[in-house]
Amino acid sequence: MTTPRPETLAKLTPVLTKRWLSPDAWRLGTYEKLDGYAALRKALKAHPDDLIQLIKDSGLRGRGGAGFPTGLKWGFIPQGDGKPHYLVVNADEGEPGTCKDLPLMTHDPHSLVEGVIIASYAIRANRAYIYIRGEAVHAARRLRSAVDEAYAKGYLGRNVLGSGFDLDLVVHSGAGAYICGEETALLDSLEGFRGQPRLRPPFPATHGLYASPTVVNNVGTIASVPYIVLGGADWWKTMGTEKSSGPMIYSLSGRIANPGQYECSMGITLRELIELAGGMKPGHNLKFWTPGGSSTPLLTAEHLDVPLDFEGVAGAGSILGTTATQIFSDQDCPVYATYRWLEFYHHESCGKCTPCREGNYWMVRVYRRILAGQGTHEDLDTLLDTCDNILGRSFCGLGDGATSSVTSSLKYFKQDYLDYIEGRTAPKLSDKSLVGAH
Amino acid sequence: MSFSETTRARAREIIARYPADRSRSALLPLLHLVQSEEGYVSPAGVEFCAEVLGLNKAQVGAVATFYTMYKRKPTGEYLVSVCTNTMCDVLGGQKVYDTLAEHLGVGHEETTADGKITLEHAECLAACDYGPVMTVNYDFFDNVEPQAALDVVEELRAGGRPMPTRGARLCTLKEMAVQLAGFADERDGAVADGGPGEPSLRGLRLAEQHGVSVPGFDPKTPIRSKAEADRAAAEEKAKAEAAKPAPEPAKAVEPAKPEAATGSTAPDVKAPDAKSPQVRTAETRQPDAGTAVPDAPGTKMPVDGPAPAPRDARAAEAAGAAANPPAGDGKPAGDAAGAQERNLKEAESGTGADGGDPADASGTGVRK
Repeated sequence: MTTPRPETLAKLTPVLTKRWLSPDAWRLGTYEKLDGYAALRKALKAHPDDLIQLIKDSGLRGRGGAGFPTGLKWGFIPQGDGKPHYLVVNADEGEPGTCKDLPLMTHDPHSLVEGVIIASYAIRANRAYIYIRGEAVHAARRLRSAVDEAYAKGYLGRNVLGSGFDLDLVVHSGAGAYICGEETALLDSLEGFRGQPRLRPPFPATHGLYASPTVVNNVGTIASVPYIVLGGADWWKTMGTEKSSGPMIYSLSGRIANPGQYECSMGITLRELIELAGGMKPGHNLKFWTPGGSSTPLLTAEHLDVPLDFEGVAGAGSILGTTATQIFSDQDCPVYATYRWLEFYHHESCGKCTPCREGNYWMVRVYRRILAGQGTHEDLDTLLDTCDNILGRSFCGLGDGATSSVTSSLKYFKQDYLDYIEGRTAPKLSDKSLVGAH
Repeated sequence: MSFSETTRARAREIIARYPADRSRSALLPLLHLVQSEEGYVSPAGVEFCAEVLGLNKAQVGAVATFYTMYKRKPTGEYLVSVCTNTMCDVLGGQKVYDTLAEHLGVGHEETTADGKITLEHAECLAACDYGPVMTVNYDFFDNVEPQAALDVVEELRAGGRPMPTRGARLCTLKEMAVQLAGFADERDGAVADGGPGEPSLRGLRLAEQHGVSVPGFDPKTPIRSKAEADRAAAEEKAKAEAAKPAPEPAKAVEPAKPEAATGSTAPDVKAPDAKSPQVRTAETRQPDAGTAVPDAPGTKMPVDGPAPAPRDARAAEAAGAAANPPAGDGKPAGDAAGAQERNLKEAESGTGADGGDPADASGTGVRK
């Protein structure tokens, strides 16, 4: 394994991940020794509007995939409206490829709790929820323990640190539904319904949880807040690019020497990330990759130097998403990979909107036919036609995400499809698996 | 079945976490809770949730059937979930699943005869850097090979409790459901179990080895008041205005590149810009005050003329109906009351018009 060049190493920005190296950072005592709850004390002395302004100045953008400016979102909450306000943390991490929030909550849960308290104070919410993915049991254990410790120490509950501000925080476990990572579906689920997305507008900022003004933020977004409060907006902007400020946890998986989490300045390229990860696995050459989870269009080796920030990736025709870079090599088949993702979207489609529910169901079947060596040239048109009828035609982005890998793999790897159809590639699925699958 | 007093006390505790008039928020934890007693959501469990929340059983059932983690059949002591989403599959997850399924003689969501193990294939478990992964009662076993997975299930069946790679020591699925309902893990030291795995720390280790950190961090940096920030922004704007050069002549609009043939069936719809459709759709879904959102492709505004009148639709419908060929017996298409009755009788006597004994169906080769 070669050592990365110094200029590449300089792009590492250990901020949110830094405490993970201290094995006991999940305990309150250790956390407090490592700057813990200093940001809260500082924030409680400021006016809530100043905190919203601070987050606006920092240029922090949502870490959950859409990259919406966080300060702006907080600013949308109507003040003095007499309604209760809510903060809901989206910890329903499940986008294929994404694995940054679970370690954060497991190894540094207090940073999230502290962020929740500051954010709630800023938007004047007295009740906050962390909706954590059901399967994330160990992260939930640590998080619940952190919340209990914070209550015992007076960081939560009535009159937080004598400031007169009250806050209750509940850790709410989901029950296994990818769709609940979509903010309005999450709210429905939190209200005790099936997790199905709502039509927007009205947006959660005015009609969110219990039809009240609500901010829904990702774990990474909220965990960033204490650092901005401590270090200031200008310090935060020393990392990242002009429009995409700050550090970002890039989750690298697949055919590289050292898969894992790399917190880097936003705008780093995949070439540099692979360098940090020790290069490709021996015998593997990069063929295709996702910049931000399976819902973002695939990119290829020609995109190695695209800056991985919100604008750069959009310029290359994809989406930064959750910066979950899944890396595939020339030994992986893009048709099969897309088929597996579609199985996922088919399984996770909530069924509310016909284009997504039916489209994914049928696309899975078309893929099975192609992979079983029984595909036709017409199938490719059928796939694109189906994608046309899903994209932008459902309540939420789940269906859009499903079309990403289909259209992008057809764009870059049409030959791989033709090889199955014209018999040059041996069928990957047998007739047996065609009948019995799922 | 009637639920124990412990469960009832826990149910009250769960409901108390949510605002008094919003008790329905307690439904997801309550469904986890009934699983902690029965191992699955039984009709009795549905009834229990309905009773304590003042809902009807249909409302509870609709929610219980939506989520993957609510099981509808009795489960084993351990739930073994193998990730077969793309990344884990490519790295060998499907092989792990197939090996386990064959060895245990069970399929997806089925339980071994000894009641020990329920097997399932799972979607992405958010641990791709550890792939292929499998979980036992949702705690992780990382980088599993088929043989390692076999060893784990064999040990479980023999009464042992192998230690997960990350996460706490194993408990039973029912005990796990108590935690999922929002209660602390009471086992001594369980919260402390499991240190961070190396992949989670890779970037950090590199930074540590090479002495990389983010400079300029000063926790005493003051927080500006909003008024101050507004003043600064106004000053900056004025400065920018003053420094602005004379307006440049308008640039010639570049001709749009010819679009690659995609096989789309909507060639008449022009995209409003050169962005990829996914990017444009994503932006449309997240409008903020400052972004002009172009219409999604395919949005057709009736700009060429007035909207069609309702009677046009009715006329078209009537024309369509008139153009239908009459039914085979010369009567108009559609169900006459007599025909319906006749069909029913034929069906009962088993000599339907389309003929054939139902038993023949298996011989027609329709199902293989």
